[in-house]
Amino acid sequence: MELIANGVNEALRLLVSLDPEVLGITALSLEVSGVATLLSLLVGIPVGTALALCDFPGKRLLIGLVNTGMGLPPVVVGLFVTVLLWRSGPLGAFGLLYTPAAIIIAQSVLATPIVMGITVAAVQQLPKSLHQQILALGASRGQAGWMLMKEARLPILAAVMAGFGAVISEVGAAIMVGGNIKGHTRVLTTATVLETSKGNFDVAIALGLILLAFTFVINLALTQLQQRGKA
Amino acid sequence: MTRLRNLAWAAPAVLVFCLAAVPKPSLILATTTSTQDSGLLDLLVPMFEKKSGCVVKTIAVGSGQALALGQRGEADVLLVHSPDAEEKFMAEGWGSQRRRVMHNDFVLAGPVEDPAGVRKAKTAAEAFRKIASAGTLFFSRGDESGTHALEKKLWKAAAVEPEGGKWYQQTGLGMGQTLNVASEKKGYSLTDRGTYLSLKKNLALEVLLQGDKSLLNVYHVIEVNASKWPRVEAKGSGAFADFLVASGTQAAIKTFGVDKYGEPLFFPDAEKRPATPSGKGRTAPSRGAEK
Repeated sequence: MELIANGVNEALRLLVSLDPEVLGITALSLEVSGVATLLSLLVGIPVGTALALCDFPGKRLLIGLVNTGMGLPPVVVGLFVTVLLWRSGPLGAFGLLYTPAAIIIAQSVLATPIVMGITVAAVQQLPKSLHQQILALGASRGQAGWMLMKEARLPILAAVMAGFGAVISEVGAAIMVGGNIKGHTRVLTTATVLETSKGNFDVAIALGLILLAFTFVINLALTQLQQRGKA
Repeated sequence: MTRLRNLAWAAPAVLVFCLAAVPKPSLILATTTSTQDSGLLDLLVPMFEKKSGCVVKTIAVGSGQALALGQRGEADVLLVHSPDAEEKFMAEGWGSQRRRVMHNDFVLAGPVEDPAGVRKAKTAAEAFRKIASAGTLFFSRGDESGTHALEKKLWKAAAVEPEGGKWYQQTGLGMGQTLNVASEKKGYSLTDRGTYLSLKKNLALEVLLQGDKSLLNVYHVIEVNASKWPRVEAKGSGAFADFLVASGTQAAIKTFGVDKYGEPLFFPDAEKRPATPSGKGRTAPSRGAEK
């Protein structure tokens, strides 16, 4: 118990003293996971909406695959991205392995099916008559999709939170494709792993608390947005 | 939908932006967990970066994985401690130059009560035999690291086949975490002294056996052979290897940890052996690692 108290103290000390290393690690975590979430939204929401609205053979299979993707293991994604980004791999020429961009790629892959899967469910739970009404009023299919997406914005914001929550907290992919390099690719989760293996449990607990605190603040902001949209 | 399409274009643009932000020349150093967990690299890497202007990306893995990365050309320079595997690596031409950097030693750590009585053992092999016959818990890294390689060698010397024994458990983790597990479960573990000292404050483990010749732990720096892999940074890796064996760096290694642990964690060695001549491909393995 004393250790946890020490961890809380350490977290406060690191935050109050604006420890440059911890600030850098925190900023990188937010930046990497933020960009990855953004990318996953750009792909996941439109594709998810289209998937919900269009009827085609194999639709159930595809949605089943997306739903499976919601549980992609980070280490497996990390492994595949590593192999792709290796110097000797197909994307090796870009020299991306062990850079923040590599973490963004892996985390986007993780977050996209989550966003897509929740979007599919969100749009599908809208009344079918609404879709028909919009089309009857002369909207194009694209316009109808856009309106339905807006209609489903509350659950879609939940998708944003789920996607962001998944990537900011994952460690398997970040450590594999990022390499946990000090000052370059060390994020809050990988730093926590390192401090644990160094035996600095108080620092590790502190980093964990900082991660939780920032995730909470961001989710609070998104929840505000969501609940305001409800009124 | 047009707005959406614009957004969709933004995605690759963001990605390209991220790629463009890749900074300065950089170098990939694959090394063992002990050099990172002990904090030595936190001292040396910034020294080198300041001097050379080259960014070092340190990937801390076991020596086995570090050598495998070198063999694939995924790392430029290796700082490792697995002599037999290193000699094989050099003989196969994957490295262009291998130089001795420093040493410390391995120790056998275990619970204070020492249920297997290894304190009385004369050699590491004898201690290992005692652990096996007493059937007390032993925690192995089990990850093809340099420590694991030595441990397997010692089991062989003890004529014991540990795999499958209930008392023999493999963590698959780095040295620091393996020591934490051993401490928690009151088991024995083979560890480098550096990691043990840096974690000592949290461990309920004592050094029970040390000083045996077979427990010497030698670190070499290997430059990955750029003629095998065109993308390997030959210049940067050479500069980093030169830096590690330079007298200023060696002096820093000598004093590292003294203020914190009261004794050095590593002993500089570069003067002991002449550097092997640099050559294309095959270089005779240095006999740095003593038998």
